[in-house]
Amino acid sequence: MSLPLFTTTDDPGPDFAGLIRRLRVPTHPLIGATPTAPAEGFRHGTTVVALRYADGVVMAGDRRATEGHAIAHRSMEKVFPADRFSAVAIAGAAGPAVEMVRLFQTQLEHYEKVEGAVLSLEGKANQLGQMVREHLPMAMQGLAVVPLFAGYDLARRTGRIFTYDVTGGHYEESEYNATGSGGRDARTTIKLGYRDGLARDDAVELAIQSLYEAADEDSATGGPDLIRGIYPLVATVTSEGFTSVDEVEVAERFAALIERRRTEGRQP
Amino acid sequence: MTMPYYVAPEQVMKDRAEYAQKGIARGRSLVATTYDQGIVIVADNPSRSLHKISEIYDRIAFAGVGKYNEFDQLRVSGIRHADTKGYAYSREDVEARSLANLYAQYLGQVFTHEMKPLEVEILVAELGNDLRPPQLYHIAYEGTITDEDRFAVLGGETEAIVVALDEAWSLSWTLPEALQAAVGALAGADRTLGADDLEVAVLAEGNGRRSFRRLVDDQLAALLG
Repeated sequence: MSLPLFTTTDDPGPDFAGLIRRLRVPTHPLIGATPTAPAEGFRHGTTVVALRYADGVVMAGDRRATEGHAIAHRSMEKVFPADRFSAVAIAGAAGPAVEMVRLFQTQLEHYEKVEGAVLSLEGKANQLGQMVREHLPMAMQGLAVVPLFAGYDLARRTGRIFTYDVTGGHYEESEYNATGSGGRDARTTIKLGYRDGLARDDAVELAIQSLYEAADEDSATGGPDLIRGIYPLVATVTSEGFTSVDEVEVAERFAALIERRRTEGRQP
Repeated sequence: MTMPYYVAPEQVMKDRAEYAQKGIARGRSLVATTYDQGIVIVADNPSRSLHKISEIYDRIAFAGVGKYNEFDQLRVSGIRHADTKGYAYSREDVEARSLANLYAQYLGQVFTHEMKPLEVEILVAELGNDLRPPQLYHIAYEGTITDEDRFAVLGGETEAIVVALDEAWSLSWTLPEALQAAVGALAGADRTLGADDLEVAVLAEGNGRRSFRRLVDDQLAALLG
């Protein structure tokens, strides 16, 4: 590797994606390929949710990856810190989705270091939208990636959530949203329990409930795996930054939820 | 008609070196030293936005003295190198040594082959870990690279600063001790430097994955005592 130097009229600026394209670091080998029938046998991501609460946003995602009808991976991570004050969750084809997150994380940090300033939350959301848009040829081949982006807006002092479609279009959500194959069930669950200005514990509880219901209805969404001790990932983003909710707390909440259902005589 | 005339290579190099040294000596100096928890870098720089010290990667920092536009270009190319390498391989494969070598080669190349040498002196600092000690790579305008494991002084008039730090330096000193000694050495006998005159940053454990942190305002004033 040599020192990446450019002339002043030809400088890629703080754009990391543009830089690696110039340096010919391989990223998406399928970009530009002719759309064909959807590929078989790739891993699919599943249910991820985000909801606003009093101090910011809660984001959560299940851990299951599937290949067709088979379970490909039981402890996949689908919720990631994008940078200190934002989080990104993914649904869709696992390989390109994880790669997109890695590129997005590097992009945000690269911008911050080169410019000496952090991008606005809106700017980060737009960046992710551009990445999803560039991914469209692969989405047309069946390898769609649909992220969910949430963060704490330091200028407006509030949590904000953005959803995406495969074309890179992004839409701000005022309350909550979920994406992935179990997204509909998760959304309905949140809708029933959502109020403005929820406390942190209530918001985490609601996210956990929504994943529980999604896993109950959708075969591609994994519920709490009590035998292996694998639980969905939950994180919050507040003015203090990104924080993962401790696995012990998540496990306890799931256990309490199941216990409650049992004693109330309801269907699990 | 002007005739092409012969200039001895020794003379060319001497002139270039003199030119670069003069350029560097016009600016203010900078000090970096290890302390018990990491590395602290202190620059005599009153500007709040035109930085001489900045973050390159998780455990690597950059500092430069001399001509701002020239070392800033080197800074950005260092970030590009590190981020690209970390993306293509893995974060742990990014290390200061290879970056310092690239800088040295580039500065050497410019010094011998271009009309004008770069009027800069730069530092690549890397926080140590269990496997290797902290490292300070000091690269001069002509590409000479030296690695220090105690402290480094960059700038034009450095002899007095080096002597002062050499006397004061200790392996186990704390951040306030290291910082105060560095500031004292930078200021010299007839000046005092306050928080407003300084740009200070540390590479330290406990900052999360990215160990670079700027010390500003009240925090800096408190450490200066």
